[in-house]
Amino acid sequence: MTKKQKRELAFLLLCGGLYALAIVTDNVWFYYLAYGVVGATIFAESIRGVFHAQMLDENFLMTIASLGAIYVGEYSEAIAVLLFYRVGTFFEHYAVNNSRDSISSLLSIRADYATKLVDGQEVEVEPEDLQLGDIIVVKAGEKIPVDSRIIKGSSSLDTSALTGESLPRLANEGEDVISGSVNLDGLLTLEVTSLYEDSTVAKILELVEVSASRKANVEKFITKFAKYYTPIVVALAASLIVIPTLIYGISGIDTWIYRAMVFLVISCPCALVISVPLSLFAGVGSASKAGILVKGSNYLEEIAKINTMAFDKTGTITTGRFSIDKVLPANGIKETDLLTAAYVCESKSNHPLAKAVTGECKLKLDAMAISTDTLIPTEYTEKSGKGITCTFEGKTFGCGNSKLMEDLGIDVDSNISSKTGSIIHLSASEQYLGSMILSDTLRPEAKESLAELKAEGIKNLVMLTGDSQAAAREIASEVGIDTVKSQLLPAGKVDAVEGILADSKNHLAFVGDGINDAPVLARANVGIAMGAFGSDAAIEAADIVIMADDLRLLPKLFKISKKTMAICRANIVFALGVKAIILALGALGIASMWVAVFGDVGVSVIAILNSMRALRMGSK
Amino acid sequence: MKKSFKLSELDCANCAAKMEAGINKLKAVEHATISFMTKRLTLECAEEKLEEVLGDAQKVISKIERDCKIVR
Repeated sequence: MTKKQKRELAFLLLCGGLYALAIVTDNVWFYYLAYGVVGATIFAESIRGVFHAQMLDENFLMTIASLGAIYVGEYSEAIAVLLFYRVGTFFEHYAVNNSRDSISSLLSIRADYATKLVDGQEVEVEPEDLQLGDIIVVKAGEKIPVDSRIIKGSSSLDTSALTGESLPRLANEGEDVISGSVNLDGLLTLEVTSLYEDSTVAKILELVEVSASRKANVEKFITKFAKYYTPIVVALAASLIVIPTLIYGISGIDTWIYRAMVFLVISCPCALVISVPLSLFAGVGSASKAGILVKGSNYLEEIAKINTMAFDKTGTITTGRFSIDKVLPANGIKETDLLTAAYVCESKSNHPLAKAVTGECKLKLDAMAISTDTLIPTEYTEKSGKGITCTFEGKTFGCGNSKLMEDLGIDVDSNISSKTGSIIHLSASEQYLGSMILSDTLRPEAKESLAELKAEGIKNLVMLTGDSQAAAREIASEVGIDTVKSQLLPAGKVDAVEGILADSKNHLAFVGDGINDAPVLARANVGIAMGAFGSDAAIEAADIVIMADDLRLLPKLFKISKKTMAICRANIVFALGVKAIILALGALGIASMWVAVFGDVGVSVIAILNSMRALRMGSK
Repeated sequence: MKKSFKLSELDCANCAAKMEAGINKLKAVEHATISFMTKRLTLECAEEKLEEVLGDAQKVISKIERDCKIVR
């Protein structure tokens, strides 16, 4: 509780005492005293509101309602309205503050301090004050304050606060470590490689904070609704006095004033206006806890509507870690020539296949005592979706798929085929050198995760890939993909997504690694990047970022989204329902002001408590 | 230019919505959102107008909730 809240609590107790005194003594002057004390600040605020042209401000409406009650001689209720309004508001603030705290404690990834080494002495500083190149030490149990590199020591790191993954990661000397990870054992000496504001922790916190500014439709709807709700209820209250008086005459006006006051008490839409964003934010919070960063509550809302999901194959359905299965030199070509050519071509590329080829060729060439240091190409061109051409020692090399070989006018050995693997052909000047078959492995959790997505109501699972149809089909049937779009160039993936979106019934989420597929991520209704831990580009490009490399988080995301939206809907129906019933009963004279006070603040508190259920979905 | 500010003592959700509507009516403001949950005001406006906008936005906010301040 803050100081302000403690003061308010003491004040409310005092008011309660005065109110009890008034009831016990039944002295009208004690009633006035209690009324004045409870109401003073509310009256002041409402007068201020009138001067600022905020006529329909809650304080003003409560003041009118209590004055109305006094006018009809209901002193006890006049005080009760104001007192319980304040008590309710007090609980409301308390609950909202608590929820804010519990949401932010889900994100307790920021280190409170950093231990910097200055001339061999340990000095505690703020993480924000660290400079590039500073040397820091992180002891067992401490959080890594900023992104940095290990210069001494090794340890296992707990990244669960960032990725939701409970398995510790091993980190050795020379490796980069990500801020927010917890050092589990061992002493680490680190060199700062990134300022606090550029570190992963700061980016994630920023992202989650800003996420609330991208408002979901349901939230926008509620804000709009609130704008009209109050004036309408107030107008109804006025007509509830005017119309019956015109019909039945002035003598019965007291009854109608009392009923109108009941309307005024529940004319504030606060329960809705608080509970909807609160549920959404709690949903975003619990997703973060599971290692899923949602960049706006609108995306959480959108996820619940998704019925079609498209996946990139390499690195998403499969692990993206290739290995060379076979090296197949053409007739009369030596294996070393093939390996050398492959190394020359692929060493500069960032494509996952190229990285695998470069790595394995180097190992093989090293084993044959051939140095790879001098194998540096000139005039290097990468042809997207086809391969690479480059010049080395006067020859033009080609390295890529059959489409590239076709472009170069080289006949390939058409007998080579592979079901699951990717084939790379190589050529030197006009000569065909042979090929290599590389294969990728399926993610072990792919099948079960996709089945769960189906159970969550995804009708169509689509796989987009640049691979041959046969290879793509095989994988698709193994994991349970419905539709395969193969042999796509990067631009073709955008077209494929456009094709799916052309049918307005389709709500599409695209899942990729976030590095090569930024345009597709942007085009889909929701773009999800997988395994983005430590990759800024992916965090930048996607709407929803899954930090860990684990497909099982996708069905989890759907569960969180659906539960959050269900809580939102429940709150809306509950709050509106209760208010509608009280309005109806109030008009008929059945509901008293006591009930109306419950309809105002009681409903808010219940809706807030209900919203907090959205927080409990992050843990496994 | 887009910039976000903390709001202190923002206590009422409906007020936050009213403030947001009011700030969006300011001429120099391209777009503004207030998140009640994170107590954050996000402003989009021309960089050279920022000071003016912040002043006006504070006036709008003070009218609705007296204790609420933009933290700079």
